[in-house]
Amino acid sequence: MATRIYIPSDTTAKALGADRVARLIETKAKEQGVELNIVRNGTRALYWLDPLIEVDTPDGRFGYGPVTVKDVDSLFEAEFFNGETAHPLALGLVEEIPYLKRQQRLTFARAGVTDPLSLEDYQAHDGYKGLRNALNLDAQSIVDAVKASGLRGRGGAAFPTGIKWQTVLDAGSEGEQKYIVCNADEGDSGTFADRLVMECDPFMLIEGMTIAGLAVGATQGYIYLRSEYPLADKNLNAAIETAYANNLLGEDILGSGRHFDLEVRIGAGAYICGEETSLLESLEGKRGLVRAKPPLPAIVGLFGQPTVVNNVLSLAAVPFILDKGAQAYADCGMGRSRGTLPFQVAGNVKQGGLVELAFGPTLRELMFEFGGGTRNGRPLRAVQVGGPLGAYLPESQWDTPLDYEAFSKVGAVLGHGGVVMFDDTVDMGEQARFSMEFCVAESCGKCTPCRIGSTRGVEVIDRIRSGQNVDANLELLSDLCETMLDGSLCAMGGMTPFPVQSAMKYFGEDFVKNASDAQALAEEA
Amino acid sequence: MSTPGSAPWDPQVAGAIIDELKSKPGALLPILHAIQNRFAYIPEAAVALIAPALRLSRAEVHGVISFYHHFRTQQPGRHVVEICRAEACQAQGARALEAHAKASLGVDYHGTTADRAVTLEPVYCLGNCSCGASVRVGDEIYARMTPESFDELVDSLRTERLEVQ
Repeated sequence: MATRIYIPSDTTAKALGADRVARLIETKAKEQGVELNIVRNGTRALYWLDPLIEVDTPDGRFGYGPVTVKDVDSLFEAEFFNGETAHPLALGLVEEIPYLKRQQRLTFARAGVTDPLSLEDYQAHDGYKGLRNALNLDAQSIVDAVKASGLRGRGGAAFPTGIKWQTVLDAGSEGEQKYIVCNADEGDSGTFADRLVMECDPFMLIEGMTIAGLAVGATQGYIYLRSEYPLADKNLNAAIETAYANNLLGEDILGSGRHFDLEVRIGAGAYICGEETSLLESLEGKRGLVRAKPPLPAIVGLFGQPTVVNNVLSLAAVPFILDKGAQAYADCGMGRSRGTLPFQVAGNVKQGGLVELAFGPTLRELMFEFGGGTRNGRPLRAVQVGGPLGAYLPESQWDTPLDYEAFSKVGAVLGHGGVVMFDDTVDMGEQARFSMEFCVAESCGKCTPCRIGSTRGVEVIDRIRSGQNVDANLELLSDLCETMLDGSLCAMGGMTPFPVQSAMKYFGEDFVKNASDAQALAEEA
Repeated sequence: MSTPGSAPWDPQVAGAIIDELKSKPGALLPILHAIQNRFAYIPEAAVALIAPALRLSRAEVHGVISFYHHFRTQQPGRHVVEICRAEACQAQGARALEAHAKASLGVDYHGTTADRAVTLEPVYCLGNCSCGASVRVGDEIYARMTPESFDELVDSLRTERLEVQ
């Protein structure tokens, strides 16, 4: 029997050379007459160990990593394909690696375990059980299950998913066209959990959207995917094709007579299209200008019809809820934050990757016990949580529990769970400037505080940093931030001040230091 | 996706692409992607074909093209090299990398090198945030980039120039 080995195939593993390693192992195995069955799994997303190669053994999967092409000869010398060896890259049983073992992988239970495009693998690991249960329920019961799970939108706004679904279920008249739209425009820096779902477990998203369709009476779904994710595009389309071929999509799902069609649409590099109304405009083929709310998209959404717009992770959580039950999901978490959130530890981090945890542990535990501190070993200084519109947290806030409400209390956001770590060489004045600059580049332009405020913001920060009327300009910047917060149409302009204000409040010395350096320089000249 | 196609502009091919996609709901973005994937950019002549097919004005089509960073209206170099400018990559040296890239290529963002080998573009996040700094060329993503590995990458792209497509 050929030994089965797993070589990861997601974007990051590939970027770290997984394809080259796979080709070399295949060649080498042929040369040496070693029979190997190479499976390209997704990834466990323990990225500092990627490419992480796993060998199937009777005791479980034995890991080696990070494997580069230079290690392949010595791996064959050590006969790694026999499982456990004393090779320096040997990691022991993968499931026993503390980073993985300490997680609660509900949404990511299959990531890195299965071949992403194998429907057999998916179904052998509980796939499509949720849909089968849903087909035996009426629409209201499905919505009730999602409500009871306590699931809140994972895109960042944390709105209760079940209530959104109820609104769409109740909207419109009998037989009216409704839509399920998946927001896969994962533009926040430091986040890649959506990408992982789509690359490593695409059937889970397809199943979640199909269940959503049954729940609200929608027959058409769109996945709005950012153009920066070519591999997710490829895997989603391949999985959708397989789902159609197996009656899991189309006009007669599993012989039930129920209908759901699904299509991937590609965005075009506009961050703002992650905002749900901008996304809908873009899907309709227009400029991604934000719509005023109300009306809510749940009532007047895509092409004017009732529409569920959910993040990838929200929809991906649904198959679990319908399979294992709402209570099993609600049993995890703290306070009003139920279930798990897949955190993504990124930036200057030693052990970066995906850490799916029930809400509740502190940011510090995530960054040190999982992340292991900074990659270059320098002291950690600032952490941006929740993407480019999230606040920078100083050390005094690192003991905040990972919970929507707890973060909100300290003026920060959990958002989509991205954690970007910066060492002590970071210039927070420069980071604040970037936040405004990013808003200049990505504002849709519809409302004035965001469109013009961001440009003025860059200018004011430049003046502060060059030492011009520092105190007056700092006051002006505070005022501008308030205006953007209160006056913007959507979160783009309304949250851009969060990183700026937190940088001013907790890292003000960086603004002043730069200013005083600039003044000293000017005086010398 | 962003892999530039190499096909020279051909209004008949473009017309066929438009005909195939124009009846989709919200067809404009799919059409613009298909045109750019084929010809590497969206020439003015394509706008003149798309607008009547979708019963839009040319100004409306132009407005959509100009809204999105991904669409380009000029022929790019043989390779489009995108450098991630977002925070997770900044924390891993992206600012130094972009400065190096601009200086070594002698172009600013959106510029094309004199030998037309490389067009340099900024990108905000490639989802490789644990292993930055990140660079994208076509559908390939490169992790943990440094100025040195960037130079190696550009060298390899320049020597690939005669490869048969």
